[in-house]
Amino acid sequence: MDALTLTTKPKSADIGVDNVALRYGTGDNAVLALDGISFHVAPNEFCVIVGPSGCGKSSLLYLIAGLEERTGGTIAVGGKPVTEPGADRGMVFQAYTLFPWLTVAQNVEYGPKRKSMPAAERRAIVEHFLQEVGLAKFANHYPSQLSGGMKQRVAIARALANDPQVLLMDEPFGALDSQTRHSMQRLLLRIWDHSKKTVLFVTHDIDEAILLADRVLVMSGRPGQIKKEIRVGFSRPRSMDLVMEPNFIAMKRAILELLKNDEDDEH
Amino acid sequence: MTLAPNATSPISHIVTKSVDQNQPGRSVWKAVATPFQAVSRPLAITLSVLVWVAVIGGWFALTYSGAVKEMFLPRPESVVSTTIRMALDGSLWEHVLASVQVVLIGFVLSSIVAVPLGLTMGTYRIVQAALDPLVNFIRYLPVTSFVPLFILWIGIGIEQRVAVIIFGIFFQQLVMIADSARGVQRDLVNAAYTLGTKRSDTVFHIVFPATLPNVLDVLRVTMGWAWTYLVVAELVAARSGLGYISLKAMRGFQVDVIFMAIAMIGILGLCTDQLFRGIRRLVAPWAN
Ligand SMILES: Nc1ncnc2c1ncn2[C@@H]1O[C@H](COP(=O)(O)OP(=O)(O)OP(=O)(O)O)[C@@H](O)[C@H]1O
Ligand SMILES: [Mg+2]
Repeated sequence: MDALTLTTKPKSADIGVDNVALRYGTGDNAVLALDGISFHVAPNEFCVIVGPSGCGKSSLLYLIAGLEERTGGTIAVGGKPVTEPGADRGMVFQAYTLFPWLTVAQNVEYGPKRKSMPAAERRAIVEHFLQEVGLAKFANHYPSQLSGGMKQRVAIARALANDPQVLLMDEPFGALDSQTRHSMQRLLLRIWDHSKKTVLFVTHDIDEAILLADRVLVMSGRPGQIKKEIRVGFSRPRSMDLVMEPNFIAMKRAILELLKNDEDDEH
Repeated sequence: MTLAPNATSPISHIVTKSVDQNQPGRSVWKAVATPFQAVSRPLAITLSVLVWVAVIGGWFALTYSGAVKEMFLPRPESVVSTTIRMALDGSLWEHVLASVQVVLIGFVLSSIVAVPLGLTMGTYRIVQAALDPLVNFIRYLPVTSFVPLFILWIGIGIEQRVAVIIFGIFFQQLVMIADSARGVQRDLVNAAYTLGTKRSDTVFHIVFPATLPNVLDVLRVTMGWAWTYLVVAELVAARSGLGYISLKAMRGFQVDVIFMAIAMIGILGLCTDQLFRGIRRLVAPWAN
């Protein structure tokens, strides 16, 4: 199987989040992390969520992934209500979550293996996605031998190798230095262009949000709700120089203002 | 250097090398002054040999100076000659074999239940809730106080000694293995779910491989305890084994035989320890 056959059958779904609430704990210790949050992500869309720390961004992704149980509301992916985690919703986590006992190639192969895919097909997929993230040479390394940026690249390859309908990304580049971050952003945009998945991406970094997104959702502080959505119309492929354009800066200022208001509300 | 070749720049590699090879004094000083500083293999071997020489030298000093009577502490060479004599007439191997057999049976029986049950306990809170109080109660009961009971119940055959070993290590293994299973990073399990792992496969696909190095360490440590409980059991009721010959030797004031038995157990322990380390390196190379 070559790269073409892998990329010519894009498979992606929409995400519908409707009036979702999430409460952690009970009684006096209860924390209302999300309260009546609603939004929709179209198939193939690159949607980015920004919001103050602790506003429930990770919680939201965990809910969509089915890793956490919502207290209220409905979530549907591709029209199917989310009741439990599944391979149709891939996730790249905020923390490093490569399986340390598997090599890079075995990590990428993990999902296809669970689907009982024939070995030859699996090998082709592993090769393709390691090539895609530029780590073909590291196929036999263990995660402990990789840098942070390399680990997240493998995590992206691992999620994509499973051919999910949507890709949930929780600050995947949050721990990386700005240079690595930029090259990861370019890489992600290139891969997304090839695979055309629905992506829901969480970040703290507003430059990153605007550079990547078709649409930015700005969340308010706890309990998290969508405060505003901003369409990002810049044509693709986008260059990193975009950050210096007046339109870009105006958009960044608007988002910063929204986040700042929120801080003021809190105090 | 255990780092991957790509993990260090060529320059830092050269610097470390020159310190290690050209100035042994400095590398010793650095290893003493720096926490977690790696030690080169020749230095490690030299140090461990020096400590052994010191211990055995102390032994010679104590016996030859007459500070301790030979009745209490035999001379090193008489332990060696006793060992050679018993090795040649075959009695040593007979007893070693008897002991090894009991330890292995007890250890294996205990481990094949403790490993899966411990992993299940650490993974499923409900199993933990059910078993934890009981296990922790039994874990604190002194094994030695059960020896008379075991003799009453199952006699003085090999089963009794195996039972003492199992009773001594099983509950400890269970608790330690459950602890390491509980310590598995939750996001590893979450990641596995998003990759299509079934909930019922979590123990097999995630918890077991993630804890394998820890499990092997638990087995390595409890193997040492198994030898302790073996000797306890053999001192009370046995017709063969290293504990048994120690007891017999005490009655005949043959301290050299007691020392030989102790040394044999030490050597066997050292071998199994190395064996477990080897297995760990082999099956969990990622954890070194
Ligand atoms: N397991 C939990 N138990 C109780 N409260 C929790 C739990 N997980 C998260 N919370 C709370 O829910 C809120 C939202 O947490 P969440 O991790 O989703 O925030 P976040 O927006 O991802 O923050 P950050 O940007 O710092 O990653 C926080 O106030 C947090 O304290
Ligand atoms: Mg978060």
